[in-house]
Amino acid sequence: MSSTDSALDEKTWAELREIAARYPEARSGLLPMLHLVQSVEGRVTPEGIEACAEVLGISAAEVNGVATFYTMYKRKPVGDYHVGVCTNTLCAVMGGDLIFERLKDHLDVGNDETTEDGKVTLEHIECNAACDYAPVMMVNWEFMDNQTPESAVQVVDDLRAGNEVHSTRGPRLCTWREAERVLAGFPDDRADEGPAAGPASLVGLKIARDNGWTAGGTYGSRESDKGETT
Amino acid sequence: MTDTLTPVLTNNWDAERAWTLASYEEHGGYAALDKAFAMAPDDVITAVKDSGLRGRGGAGFPTGMKWGFIPQDNPKPKYLVVNADESEPGTCKDIPLMMASPHTLVEGVIVSSYAIRAHTAFIYVRGEVLHVVRRLQRAVQEAYLAGHLGKNIHGSGYDLDLIVHTGAGAYICGEETALLEGLEGRRGQPRLRPPFPAVAGLYASPTVINNVESIASVPSIITNGAAWFAGMGTEKSNGYGIFSLSGHVANPGQYEAPLGITLRQLIDLAGGMREGHELKFWTPGGSSTPLLTPEHLDVPLDFESVGAAGSMLGTRALQLFDETTCVVRAVLRWTEFYKHESCGKCTPCREGTWWLTQTLAKLEKGEGSESDLDLLLDQCDNILGRSFCALGDGATSPISSSIQHFRDEYLAHLSHGGCPFDHAASTVFAPAGATA
Repeated sequence: MSSTDSALDEKTWAELREIAARYPEARSGLLPMLHLVQSVEGRVTPEGIEACAEVLGISAAEVNGVATFYTMYKRKPVGDYHVGVCTNTLCAVMGGDLIFERLKDHLDVGNDETTEDGKVTLEHIECNAACDYAPVMMVNWEFMDNQTPESAVQVVDDLRAGNEVHSTRGPRLCTWREAERVLAGFPDDRADEGPAAGPASLVGLKIARDNGWTAGGTYGSRESDKGETT
Repeated sequence: MTDTLTPVLTNNWDAERAWTLASYEEHGGYAALDKAFAMAPDDVITAVKDSGLRGRGGAGFPTGMKWGFIPQDNPKPKYLVVNADESEPGTCKDIPLMMASPHTLVEGVIVSSYAIRAHTAFIYVRGEVLHVVRRLQRAVQEAYLAGHLGKNIHGSGYDLDLIVHTGAGAYICGEETALLEGLEGRRGQPRLRPPFPAVAGLYASPTVINNVESIASVPSIITNGAAWFAGMGTEKSNGYGIFSLSGHVANPGQYEAPLGITLRQLIDLAGGMREGHELKFWTPGGSSTPLLTPEHLDVPLDFESVGAAGSMLGTRALQLFDETTCVVRAVLRWTEFYKHESCGKCTPCREGTWWLTQTLAKLEKGEGSESDLDLLLDQCDNILGRSFCALGDGATSPISSSIQHFRDEYLAHLSHGGCPFDHAASTVFAPAGATA
């Protein structure tokens, strides 16, 4: 596949300019602009870098320097589903290391590699701020909480088979390119899917409710609580 | 007498569709705006100062004082930037807050921006949390449509624009000046201070950077008063905070309590450690805060007491590990993380984290000798305090504290010729997972 196959279309150019225009200074748009490039190209391509540079009036080398600094930007094509297994200490200890090993074996890929069918890219990731749901796996940056090697295998098998998969406390999973478009600041229609909070997020609140414990005051109180607290 | 748990920020998380404007307003949301707009901006700053609110992102700097550093005679625009780049290992409070109740943060942004006289604000959210980004985008859109953002908010004459900015994967961008670099479209490398961001921050203009939880706490202070907030917590660590329990505890999760609660109390609330096991070591505020042990179970979790115990309150990220966990393995993994995330700007951190990893990896495999422990401490000594930001300092914390508390366990790796622990026993799916 030659790089000219993926020349950016007019819509993308217009959206790159639109992102830059959101900010008091255009260059602030570079991070979301690179997310947009990934959503269109499936990775950060030389054409994408040139386009960002042209829109912002900076050199391609400057854009390249940024694109190579941040780990979410990929130079190799990413599959439809980016599967990230947290192997930072807490998740690793709780089972993340075994989950990652099982997936490497099951998918027959190494770290940062994509399955032959182009469906799944596997990567070990750092702490994703969901430690109370360890071990955690992210699919296209959606939470898959409380995983086991077996549940992780089931998720990737379902993804490869084209079955609909939901985040454990979020929406239906979209593709990696669709996710990158949201990160570029172009919302999709899934904000209202999934719960407000997963079970672990609510454990302390439930204990407080059961014991009638409050902080007093009125802020953030439910209407039904107000009689008790004032 | 303050209750054991004091849900404020978490109080609406169990509401139906808590993330929507309708639900938030039904529970009293956005009431702080009119109250704040009736006050002079300086009086809002004074209220936050009087409340005793200290930064919830780890450092604990007084929030109102930070706002007071903004030179109001500087003709440049003022900016508020919310640090929503939550990435410190173990820290998991801001992400559920923004997922469940993004409007709490948006309301805080409006009041805080009004106080410092900013007309443009940013939420810098890490990119790796797609659904949180969605909820923030939607909340900001709803707030504009409802007249909580934009021109002449609530008829006050005050204008504010709020931009949700997504990062792209870099722990270092949680450091406030590196975050500004990212927000300016550059590599996230910390800046030399001074000048501090209050004087020359975003676009070299006066800028306040605050953690999500700090800003989200502001509306409650305006609504209920500084004295209400200051009445919770301990003498110098006022108010409530979200305590995040993770690891080998029966019910990990979020527990919002007055500062000063102890880990013993929190573990009791969480149903104890997992059955048949006992606490071995823990972090009070993420991996960059020195490890503590069961002898510190009764230390009040406030800034002063945890400091006096030899660690830091940090982000109240309480990672709990039981006796099945190898401390050397845990520390090696954290060290590999710091090596991976070092931005490369300062030599002691860039080179030092590589040296630390090499030395530790050898010890973990049972190679090397006892003198390598002294080598590690010497390497830590050459990193600590010698770089622009605290990433390098943080990298030394788990190493020096684990050698202090668990020196024998390092030596056991040498005498055993490798790790003496069965790692499968530490997993949540043990023993079934042991054969995985």
